[in-house]
Amino acid sequence: MMISCKKAVIICDKAQYKEASLWERMKLNYHLLLCKTCANHSKNNVKLTSLCNQARLSILSDEEKKKMKELFTKVE
Amino acid sequence: METNNLNPDKWVDLYADYLFNYAVTRVSDAEIAKDLVQDTFIAGLKSAKKFKGDAAERTWLIAILKRKVIDHYRKINSKKGKAEVRMSYSSQTDAEGDWIEERIADPNSNFENDTLENEELGLAIQNCISKLPKKQAQVFTMKTIEGMETEDICNTLGINASNLWVMIHRARTGLMNCLNQNWF
Repeated sequence: MMISCKKAVIICDKAQYKEASLWERMKLNYHLLLCKTCANHSKNNVKLTSLCNQARLSILSDEEKKKMKELFTKVE
Repeated sequence: METNNLNPDKWVDLYADYLFNYAVTRVSDAEIAKDLVQDTFIAGLKSAKKFKGDAAERTWLIAILKRKVIDHYRKINSKKGKAEVRMSYSSQTDAEGDWIEERIADPNSNFENDTLENEELGLAIQNCISKLPKKQAQVFTMKTIEGMETEDICNTLGINASNLWVMIHRARTGLMNCLNQNWF
């Protein structure tokens, strides 16, 4: 039942994207109860997820960037 | 003092997302923001000779973009014609009274600060992402911002799922450290 910290943090990351299974989450929660370091990391990780959602980040698609680059060569 | 040089070839890869985020929070329209970024790059190329090298490349580009955003608002305002002069305190016609006391800011509201903070937050995150190793930044962006499926990312980049999660983990840890001073 007790998993290593290395495994715990990866499950924690998966959980940020809702990709951890129920069994994984159970193992993670058990680990977090006993491991202060991972519990702290997990808290910050959750915070990072909420910051990213809050910021509503957006990026340009690769296609749009490619178009921009093509335009560049015309200007130069 | 160290002087900075311009590398226009790398602009799109290095700064397009940062500038785009800056623009999108100011004009709230992705299409317009994209055009503004493009105009900025072109203006930058044209005036590259004037670049004195005393600012970082990105700061210089942001300064151009700022002008572009202002120009954009000037343009749409001139289309609307002259500004309307309103004599009433309130633009809501169904407001009960028309008293200026009703129009003052609510001191308990932090709504205004929220948008301001989110804007800064977006740029702070984007800035931290740009400091990550390239591969990590790429995986993190695909997963978090583009919201791609794990499997699709693995196929695109030719890596396996455990590689992906290790990279995500490193990226997230890096971001936490980078954002730590101001946002945690």
